[in-house]
Amino acid sequence: MSVYRIATDGFPAARNASVASYLAAATDKPLLRFTTAGSVDDGKSTLIGRLLHDAQSIHDDHMEALRRSGLNRSTGPLDFSLLTDGLKAEREQGITIDVAYRHFSTARRRFLIADTPGHEQYTRNMATGASTADAAVILVDARHGLTAQSRRHAYIAWLLGIRHLLIAVNKMDLVSFDQEAFARIQTALHEAASKLPGVHFHVLPVSALDGDNVATRSSRTPWYEGPSLLELMETIEAPAWNTDAPLRFMVQYVIRPDLDFRGYAGRIDSGRVRAGERVTIFPSGVQSRVKRIVTFEGDLEEAFAPMAVTLVLENEIDISRGDWICGENGLPSVAPQFDASVVWMHEQPLQRGASLLLQHGATRVRAEVREIVHRVDPNTYEAEPASQLALNQIGLVRVETASALVCDRYRDNRQTGAFVLIDPINNFTLGAGMVKQIVQTEREQRHSIIREHHSTPVTPAERFQRYGHWPAVVVCRSAALRKKLERALFAVGAAVVALEAVPGRTQLRELLASGLILLVPPSTPPELEGTDWIEVVEPTSTQDYVQLILGELERLGLLVSRRFLLPAGGYVDVN
Amino acid sequence: MNATLCEQIPTASVSGATDRTLSHLRALEAEAIHILRETAAQFERPVLMYSIGKDSSVMLHLARKAFFPGRIPFPLLHIDTGFEYPEMIAFRDWFVAEIGARLITHTSPRAMDKSDNGVNPYALGTARCCSLLRTQALLHALRDYKADAALGGARRDEERSRAKERVFSFRDAHGQWDPKRQRPELWSIYNGRVSPGESIRVFPLSNWTELDVWSYIERENIPVVSLYFAEEREVVVRGDSLIPLDSRVRLLPGEQPVKRRCRLRSLGCTPCTGAIESDADTVSKIIAELRQFRRSERENRVIDHDQDGSMELKKREGYF
Repeated sequence: MSVYRIATDGFPAARNASVASYLAAATDKPLLRFTTAGSVDDGKSTLIGRLLHDAQSIHDDHMEALRRSGLNRSTGPLDFSLLTDGLKAEREQGITIDVAYRHFSTARRRFLIADTPGHEQYTRNMATGASTADAAVILVDARHGLTAQSRRHAYIAWLLGIRHLLIAVNKMDLVSFDQEAFARIQTALHEAASKLPGVHFHVLPVSALDGDNVATRSSRTPWYEGPSLLELMETIEAPAWNTDAPLRFMVQYVIRPDLDFRGYAGRIDSGRVRAGERVTIFPSGVQSRVKRIVTFEGDLEEAFAPMAVTLVLENEIDISRGDWICGENGLPSVAPQFDASVVWMHEQPLQRGASLLLQHGATRVRAEVREIVHRVDPNTYEAEPASQLALNQIGLVRVETASALVCDRYRDNRQTGAFVLIDPINNFTLGAGMVKQIVQTEREQRHSIIREHHSTPVTPAERFQRYGHWPAVVVCRSAALRKKLERALFAVGAAVVALEAVPGRTQLRELLASGLILLVPPSTPPELEGTDWIEVVEPTSTQDYVQLILGELERLGLLVSRRFLLPAGGYVDVN
Repeated sequence: MNATLCEQIPTASVSGATDRTLSHLRALEAEAIHILRETAAQFERPVLMYSIGKDSSVMLHLARKAFFPGRIPFPLLHIDTGFEYPEMIAFRDWFVAEIGARLITHTSPRAMDKSDNGVNPYALGTARCCSLLRTQALLHALRDYKADAALGGARRDEERSRAKERVFSFRDAHGQWDPKRQRPELWSIYNGRVSPGESIRVFPLSNWTELDVWSYIERENIPVVSLYFAEEREVVVRGDSLIPLDSRVRLLPGEQPVKRRCRLRSLGCTPCTGAIESDADTVSKIIAELRQFRRSERENRVIDHDQDGSMELKKREGYF
């Protein structure tokens, strides 16, 4: 009995690709992922149903089922929204509950739509849909103009990194295709754009119900000279994966079929890698060279984002899931503390001190919310003070992870700058985060923490890791007091030295480069110019001094956490 | 090296203007491999649900790629309803042996009873039969194996309730799906943390369409069951469906077997799977047929049309 039809020569069949399949690849249409947003009753489901219908992407049996159903909540001959409202509960209630993904294609492009609902849970769902989208279609009701909700939709899309916003001013039929109504919305958008750097608004007048400017240009808007929505979707620039950015390869899984093979399976999140190239492993900082780029089809000379490949390195080094393989340049940050924009998605608000799990790439670590820096009003785009983030609120949060996170800023890399927050008890995904800035590397250029690499000089970051503090100058009048402070700080684990005289400029710089806290006598400003220093006056007790100095170092960001210092077993009071 | 991949990879001498864009299928492939690796890494006891259909074949092919040169690090699980076409069982045994995968077959004891007292769609109706032979059997098998993750070949383009499915879809300790308890899923970060008894269904082909699946089968030369290809078969015309005759398909009063050139578009149990009239006897002809096709893939699956939203109800119970 013939049970299979194609591979007559047995496995591996994939090694004999036909000319036909080669040609199929050449004519492959590019994919644009987009998300949709609109308030309740803006007619979003109708617009998408109309797009699918006009692009001839509705199967005949689905159209027949639609005609048969007898349901019609619209004022047109057919209720297009029924084509996209998925769940039974939704069809009954006439609302859209969750993000739905749909395909359609035209002669020029393929589209994957993340259709998100416009009501209560919109922020959460819209952020979800926007996280993987290249562009967003935002519906605005021509009768109501640019509402707070529309502004909110634009903000979320922008926050999640979308730069092309297609604003469909819908229900133009209900305002008699009035150019003035359309122009008012354009003006309001222009103002909003000034607060969303890098955003491109494409505004167009449509009627989803009648199909004006949806797939084809309408004769009822002679004053509008732009493309139809579908034409625009087919032609706007789709941001592909960034293959020119620095290499980021996330190690997902170690493949070890036998003792002779050890490969790191993962995905290239950005950039490209070539066989023979030098690479740096993070967070260890160890360097190596790519020996092979292994795939099922055979080894490759070069691989680029978003390919999923397996890398074999030249030397035996300890690499496991969660590590990153990067190039020699454009290295990621390695930090235990950073500020991130967070979209909160759970009924229980996010508060300072919350202890959560943070998933980033192939890493999952304990994380603590150190501070709610501020909340953002998505209607006005203004920051406002806040003590917590409630469901669907967005804010800036300072996060500290139990071990240093290898990451980039979200604006630099949409893959390596993103993370989710997880409830450690019930495992629910509570929020989405985007790294805005690394906290301690903002000072000078203390970028990566590279440990134990034989041929590179010891970096300030490595010294920081060992000592638990950055270098500092503490000015202290009496020599006896400097000695006492030296002993007290030494006892709490600081790398500290008391000096008899202020060293010269070069010497001072070298001492600081060695990561020390220097206790120096008062001096004229020139020597200390450009250096952070703390002046101690009016001594009371040494213990108070230690606290004072530690407090000052913290305030200046030189000491990240006292936990990094060795346990002291009580301060030494030499008074 | 595969010619199709070579075409994507620029040579060393080309620089600057090189177009490093993955083709649509290559991008889908990379996404699926990423998901398969996440599953192997995040779970203790994952299993790949193998239905013998084309989507399963594609998923298995991707799993071989994902862990190459290692072996697929999880077993395959097949739920045998006892109503499978003999071609499917033969194909399964050949394919699994060919690639050296580990197969677990689970059959509900009630499925083996082919008397009128046994479970069959004629006595119980398609909905209850499916619930017992597929859904319940699957849940039992997953529990027996203590699976904390089950990979499935479902796609978002198949059916409306699937369009809302996550890539990592949470199931409670009873294997049930609740659309309101699904975890938000952003970027390509998949949260697979579960408590004991709970599990995740994983769908690496979520973003593929039926056409993508066939295009990929053609490009990668992936073997599939012969039932997908048109040939003259003995069928019975039942409503809008052509039901290929088999020892377990009963003729209803007034029905006469006829010969038609047809093929199956999706595979299910013999009594409940309809064929479509077709001349497509090669993969490229199937692709050509699909490009003009105006009807959805699961139209010939009797189970989906029992009642409005029936797939959603089955999903809630634990079916795919």
